[in-house]
Amino acid sequence: MDMHESVAVPRSAPQPAGLRLKHIERVEGWGMAVGGLSHVFRPTDAEGVRAVFDLARREGRSVGLRGGGNSYGDAAMNTGGIVLDLTRMDRVLAWDPATGVIDVEPGVTIERLWKTIIGDGWWPAVVSGTMFTTMGGCAAMNIHGKNNYKVGTFGDHVVEFDFLAPDDGGVRTVTRENDPDLFHGAISGFGMLGCFTRLRLQTKRVYSGRLRVEAFDTHSVGEMIESFEERAPDADYLVGWIDCIKGGRGLGRGIVHRANYLAPGEDPDGDLTLAVAAQGLPDKILGLFPKSLMHLLLRPFCNNLGVRLINAAKFHAGVLHPRSVVYLQSHTAFAFLLDYVPNWKFAYKPGGLIQYQSFIPKEAAESAFEEQLRIAQGAGLPPYLGVFKKHRPDPFLLTHAVDGYSLAFDFRVTRRNRAQLWHLAEELDRVVLDHGGRFYFAKDATLRPDVARAFLPAENMRKFAALKRRCDPHNLLQTDLSRRLFGSDLAATMESAGAR
Amino acid sequence: MLRDNCALVVGASSGIGAAVAERLAREGFRVALVARREEELRKVADRINQRAGEDRALVFAHDVTCFDEVPALFERIVEALGGLSVVVYAAGVMPPVALDEYHFAKDRQMIEVNLLGMIAWLNEAADLFRRVQAGVIVGVGSVAGDRGRAGQPGYNTSKGAQAIFLESLRNRLAPANVRVITIKPGPVDTPMVRHLGRLPMMITADEAARQIVRAIGRSWGTVYVPRRWGLIMWVIIHIPSFIFRRLGMK
Ligand SMILES: Cc1cc2nc3c(=O)[nH]c(=O)nc-3n(C[C@H](O)[C@H](O)[C@H](O)COP(=O)(O)OP(=O)(O)OC[C@H]3O[C@@H](n4cnc5c(N)ncnc54)[C@H](O)[C@@H]3O)c2cc1C
Ligand SMILES: NC(=O)c1ccc[n+]([C@@H]2O[C@H](COP(=O)([O-])OP(=O)(O)OC[C@H]3O[C@@H](n4cnc5c(N)ncnc54)[C@H](OP(=O)(O)O)[C@@H]3O)[C@@H](O)[C@H]2O)c1
Repeated sequence: MDMHESVAVPRSAPQPAGLRLKHIERVEGWGMAVGGLSHVFRPTDAEGVRAVFDLARREGRSVGLRGGGNSYGDAAMNTGGIVLDLTRMDRVLAWDPATGVIDVEPGVTIERLWKTIIGDGWWPAVVSGTMFTTMGGCAAMNIHGKNNYKVGTFGDHVVEFDFLAPDDGGVRTVTRENDPDLFHGAISGFGMLGCFTRLRLQTKRVYSGRLRVEAFDTHSVGEMIESFEERAPDADYLVGWIDCIKGGRGLGRGIVHRANYLAPGEDPDGDLTLAVAAQGLPDKILGLFPKSLMHLLLRPFCNNLGVRLINAAKFHAGVLHPRSVVYLQSHTAFAFLLDYVPNWKFAYKPGGLIQYQSFIPKEAAESAFEEQLRIAQGAGLPPYLGVFKKHRPDPFLLTHAVDGYSLAFDFRVTRRNRAQLWHLAEELDRVVLDHGGRFYFAKDATLRPDVARAFLPAENMRKFAALKRRCDPHNLLQTDLSRRLFGSDLAATMESAGAR
Repeated sequence: MLRDNCALVVGASSGIGAAVAERLAREGFRVALVARREEELRKVADRINQRAGEDRALVFAHDVTCFDEVPALFERIVEALGGLSVVVYAAGVMPPVALDEYHFAKDRQMIEVNLLGMIAWLNEAADLFRRVQAGVIVGVGSVAGDRGRAGQPGYNTSKGAQAIFLESLRNRLAPANVRVITIKPGPVDTPMVRHLGRLPMMITADEAARQIVRAIGRSWGTVYVPRRWGLIMWVIIHIPSFIFRRLGMK
């Protein structure tokens, strides 16, 4: 398709008449720690998206794009402005079970995606830890999975997309070849350049609905890194859990899970396990307790002592079940463990939670993460969850991935600890910058402008600024996060930061 | 986008509603006053604005039985106030009904004003508050809704149904951080009950309003005004029907 060829869109969508009271909603980050009021619109097609851009221009408002709202902080919020929620653009447009190529609208979730393709023996190449993210959100943040070190990020599996930028003609189809700058900028561009209105993805062939999973204990961050390095060459997925409460000699102890696809013929029940029903997560815990109420059970443990108990139990469970045992687990159970308990985040109410994930080059990872753990523990604010992953570099302009490791911390937010927590995040930021690391906007709620401008490569910021000037010169697209980090003239800010 | 400390009082031209509006205004709220009699509303608004030294009260004449007008008027009011955080529904009627009188028009009026009007207004408020995940909704019911008495079948029904509706709203909206309060006053000295003469344990409208405004600040659920009615009604609710019938309570 030619670079500037427009894709026909039906002109039937009703034009939003204006900003009405009925559009006002509170929009929150997934972690419930930040939120604000916006006028929310939910178009059903690209024409509807364009209509909202027009409305915003007429009313002098900015537009923040939003998918499933799973970004932990303020990345999909636009307080006081318009939020364009794309979850109603949720059609699967085409699916080819012979090649594994699928065309979807941006509001299609990972859940919808895997349910559409698994029966034919395919699985999404890259998934997040929750299946409720949308394709548009995944592309905009260029998400990674537990296989990042092996297959790259979400963007690496996007074949092409249709894109509607506020000021760049109509909807156009973008590929790596016809517009490499926009391709690599829009993916990872956190909704700042335009709106994905269709994505074509290459999915991954699988021969069973199950993975072969194995777990290993590790006793320090260094050991965890060694374990990853040793297994990475032949593991399809690797993920580590770190007990962030344990200090002293147990600092950084954890468990590594490794998973591999089954080869053709290896699973005698392959066809059966590929059924959607075989992937279902049970509705009740231990067959008794309704999962929907599970967060209430978690609540009493949502404090330093409770997490210490749970973490110790989790770590020492290995004594009872030797970790060397290999077991089979469905793709969903392995990939979306967090969805197993619906609304588990409610255990963090009323203050919510923030996630702090930083990405550190391989050689520096051990010392950086140990230092972060010590700082957090020393401040009396130990993370309640620590998740460890391995990454590799990718060609997307604002990507978070490095040739190294990431450690994601979940922190509980309360009215009392909030200021202290934000201050702690600043200290952790310093460690990341000192070690040449990066941050991830999907997880961010605390980053300061100077840090954001310091960690992004200057060249990438200059390129991104040029794209912003081309696609959205009037800064129609903004979010709370973009304003927090780059002010309301993102292009100018990135240009001057990129000129340093 | 929406200011805090903005209240809407339906039934604000007289009695409990007027007193609640005045007290809210004294606490710094901007208030929208709704009822049919515009001149009465103006008097209340003038008192509020004079005291505050600024235009804190706005007047909107409306008959709550014109249900279709509610959505647009609600939107206009929120716009005029610049926000909305509290809604109080205090409009009500209780025409005299003789013990041997069966008068559909009166019953219908009570259901329309006390119940359907409330549903029309509170649905609007509920939808807004659900979306913004904040707000307080107050419905003024009555102790008279706790039992079906011989004297006031229509009124008792309207008040009983009000309480059920408010309980449902409360259960719907609790996850959205919205509080829904059912106020159940005993006798209050207002024009509505003047024809009944002096009633037992009667309080002034201002005293009722003081307690209601306090509840707005902190309560969930049902609040009897004054509180002792909670105990009294607990006993009355538990009197078996065959005894209750003989007590001759009207
Ligand atoms: C429990 C949990 C586990 C997670 N696990 C992982 C993980 O393993 N790996 C990982 O990388 N991330 C993970 N995340 C983060 C999540 O994958 C990202 O935040 C993702 O972007 C969320 O997608 P969404 O559809 O909810 O998008 P939103 O959060 O709604 O939006 C994300 C960004 O995309 C933009 N956007 C949305 N739709 C469009 C569109 N159509 N066009 C252009 N821009 C758009 C928004 O403006 C915003 O900047 C996790 C989040 C949660 C809550
Ligand atoms: N007084 C008591 O002893 C007592 C006890 C328990 C409960 N209550 C309840 O408290 C509430 C307030 O009563 P009150 O004692 O304060 O009586 P009130 O002084 O007569 O006030 C009633 C209010 O309702 C308004 N109203 C009536 N019909 C209306 C309509 N069709 N459209 C719009 N507004 C209408 C009136 O305004 P307009 O006439 O200007 O329209 C007035 O503002 C009622 O629900 C009542 O049932 C009262």
